[in-house]
Amino acid sequence: MKNLILSTAVLALTGSMAMAESHSVVRLGTEGAYPPYNFINDAGEVDGFERELGDELCARAELTCEWVTNEWDSIIPNLVSGNYDAIIAGMSITDERKEVIDFSENYTQPDPSAFLAMGDVDVTTAVVAAQASTIQAAYVAGMEGATLLEFATPDETVAAVKNGEADAVLADKAFLLPIAESDAEVSIIGEDVLIGGGIGLGVRQSDTELRDKFTAAIQSMKADGTLNELIVKWLPDSATF
Amino acid sequence: MSCWETIIDYGLRSQGIGERLLPRNDFTLCQQFTLIGSGMIWNVYFGLIALCTGFFMATAVALGKAAQSAWIRKPAEWFIFVFRGSPLFIQFFFAYFLFLSLKAQYPVFSPLTSAWAGALVVLFLNTAAYSAEIFYGALQSIPKGEIEAADAYGLSGWSRFRRVIWPTMLRLAWPAYTNEAIFLFHATTLVFFSGFPALQQRGDALYYANYFADKTFNPFIPYPILAGYFILLTLVVIGVFGLVNTRLNRHLPQERRKRLKIKPQVIR
Amino acid sequence: MPPHPTRLVNFIFSYCTDPASLEGLQWLSCYLTTGKHMSMYYAFGTVLLLLAITAPVALAFGFGGASAARSHFAPLRWFGKAYIAIVRGIPDIAFFLFFVIALDQGFEFIRHKIKCPDWQEPVRQGNDFVICTAAKLPLGNAPQWVHESYGFALAVLTFAIVFGAFAANVLFGAMRAVPHGQLETAEAYGMSRRQTFWRILVPQMWVYALPGLSNLWMVLIKATPLLFLLGVEDIVYWARELGGSKQPQFTDYPHPDWRMWYFLALLVFYLAFTKVSEVVLDRIMARLTHGQATAAGEAQRKAAA
Repeated sequence: MKNLILSTAVLALTGSMAMAESHSVVRLGTEGAYPPYNFINDAGEVDGFERELGDELCARAELTCEWVTNEWDSIIPNLVSGNYDAIIAGMSITDERKEVIDFSENYTQPDPSAFLAMGDVDVTTAVVAAQASTIQAAYVAGMEGATLLEFATPDETVAAVKNGEADAVLADKAFLLPIAESDAEVSIIGEDVLIGGGIGLGVRQSDTELRDKFTAAIQSMKADGTLNELIVKWLPDSATF
Repeated sequence: MSCWETIIDYGLRSQGIGERLLPRNDFTLCQQFTLIGSGMIWNVYFGLIALCTGFFMATAVALGKAAQSAWIRKPAEWFIFVFRGSPLFIQFFFAYFLFLSLKAQYPVFSPLTSAWAGALVVLFLNTAAYSAEIFYGALQSIPKGEIEAADAYGLSGWSRFRRVIWPTMLRLAWPAYTNEAIFLFHATTLVFFSGFPALQQRGDALYYANYFADKTFNPFIPYPILAGYFILLTLVVIGVFGLVNTRLNRHLPQERRKRLKIKPQVIR
Repeated sequence: MPPHPTRLVNFIFSYCTDPASLEGLQWLSCYLTTGKHMSMYYAFGTVLLLLAITAPVALAFGFGGASAARSHFAPLRWFGKAYIAIVRGIPDIAFFLFFVIALDQGFEFIRHKIKCPDWQEPVRQGNDFVICTAAKLPLGNAPQWVHESYGFALAVLTFAIVFGAFAANVLFGAMRAVPHGQLETAEAYGMSRRQTFWRILVPQMWVYALPGLSNLWMVLIKATPLLFLLGVEDIVYWARELGGSKQPQFTDYPHPDWRMWYFLALLVFYLAFTKVSEVVLDRIMARLTHGQATAAGEAQRKAAA
């Protein structure tokens, strides 16, 4: 018993050492429902752009990483309460979010959002579907004349356009493109919309060490061009660095 | 901005009256209280109307289940079984699909794909099924003597039902029915959460609580506010149902009536 | 074009290597045995296990709550009554949305106080909840299954607290329904309060509690779709995930929106489970009624005679 107390005291004293110890395994939180960024593949594992990216970043930062899925709605509260150590879930860097969590350097350019509709629609006066509590929903809420219709999941927003409940859906272009390609009924319309900054990894504000490790890894991937390769592979319509 | 202005701007926001845009930064406690309270209008609307209309259907279905003829009994039994046996989550999902296809065929049904009508229909059927089962149980346990007494008075058919069976059924079912009413009000939070889309950010209390939790990234303020509102609502429901209970039992001897009252006793 | 995912070996059927070339039943058999579908079947087990554990734990909470609410010690009585009134007053969904995080932080805070008494930094740093490494629950480097079991245990506890309040309400009523004469007789035989409670009241109250408890069990079954809010991947989560339309870029088995069929399967599952529960509960009721001084017990006695 004495031994145990001693060892914990030592751990507590050497704060920075404890920090390194705590990250012997880094848990990466993702949503798993937003292809091509992250999704669950046929085998039931996390897959997609961010899976490949995350694994590579962890290898470069010499971290052992583990993947965890979490509901989008509670993904930030669970990070700050310590249930995982980083969010890698297609999360745009916004000022609102920066007040609560820190972001690594962005690993995509500001990603365009786009409208998807059946036929030609004037989106400024249309009923526009969006996933609840996304930057797109906030954007449509601010559009004078357009009517916002919010759904719980991205799937439902697309379904709403197909069954006529909504005239168009606003979502990340990279998410909508594969749908437009495989479904002849719907297509991308109008101009792209630029909302939010690029996408970055979210970490706790108290966890600067981890943030810097990821930023360094991202910078090294940017420098040797491997990040661009991944972007071209998974997000064909996005800008590279 | 003072709190009073916030109340004027957002007090009826859930009905689309007032400020068009929801607050986007510098969230105050007042805003959270006001908007979540505004959302409660929907919860009360769904709960109250479903409860009042469901009550009559429940009586009919309970009588149906107690009927002799299998043609009436079987449909009533199945109705109760399906709605009591499946989660509301799944009922909302199927109802929304069904209403969409109905709408595609007949434009008359178009209101049903919006929450105010569609979700109300689902909640109405749901509570009708649950209440019907409670009423059916009560019908089965009506003392034989009371029916015999009604016969002796020469009452039959409608007047026997109206004057003897129905009041006794309600009296016996009331405590369980109170619980069902509480559950129903709680169930209204599922409407925008899983079933129906929210139009123009007009949602119920949970929708706004969710909105604030998402914007402030702090679930520990909006959800307890929501919980507080619901505890109040539940107290009101218990109070109103308690009054009805007293009325239903007013003919019983004082001694027994006292027992049914919930009397807070601090020192025994 | 995004790449095609690496072809995955299906361990059950050997012909599943190239699903695009398959048709009909063969395709379906491969589709229904993907790793992802296995996760869904596994989730059925998770739900059943959760129900099996939650029911007795919630009953224990209910028993504790009801006993507290009729205690002669005022603070305990207030606590019992407040527990019943407050938790029953809150929609379970609202409770789940913040309570699990609070519970988790509460546990970690207690462990933090015990394990790291010398820790100087504040636990709340801005928005962050920071505790010493040794106090983490589970430990940061624990394997995934430990994390999952911990999440599951938290879910069980949360469900038990919520449904415990309802069970307490039922049991409180049932304790009052036991005929007073029974308790007086026990006293006349010289039993102490404690003896009367455990030997007379508790064995007899179940017959009065069972209708309420079975109703509660039915409600509990139907609350399991809320499990995903607690971070447990339940069957409704998988039905949504698997049923949503899938583009050929991301899967070997592209299909349009099939949520309808998945939800239909869930509907059948829940209805069947309800039916089985009804049958079992009816049997238990018949057992409990045996020899009881109620109308139904009387009827049983007459039928046997």
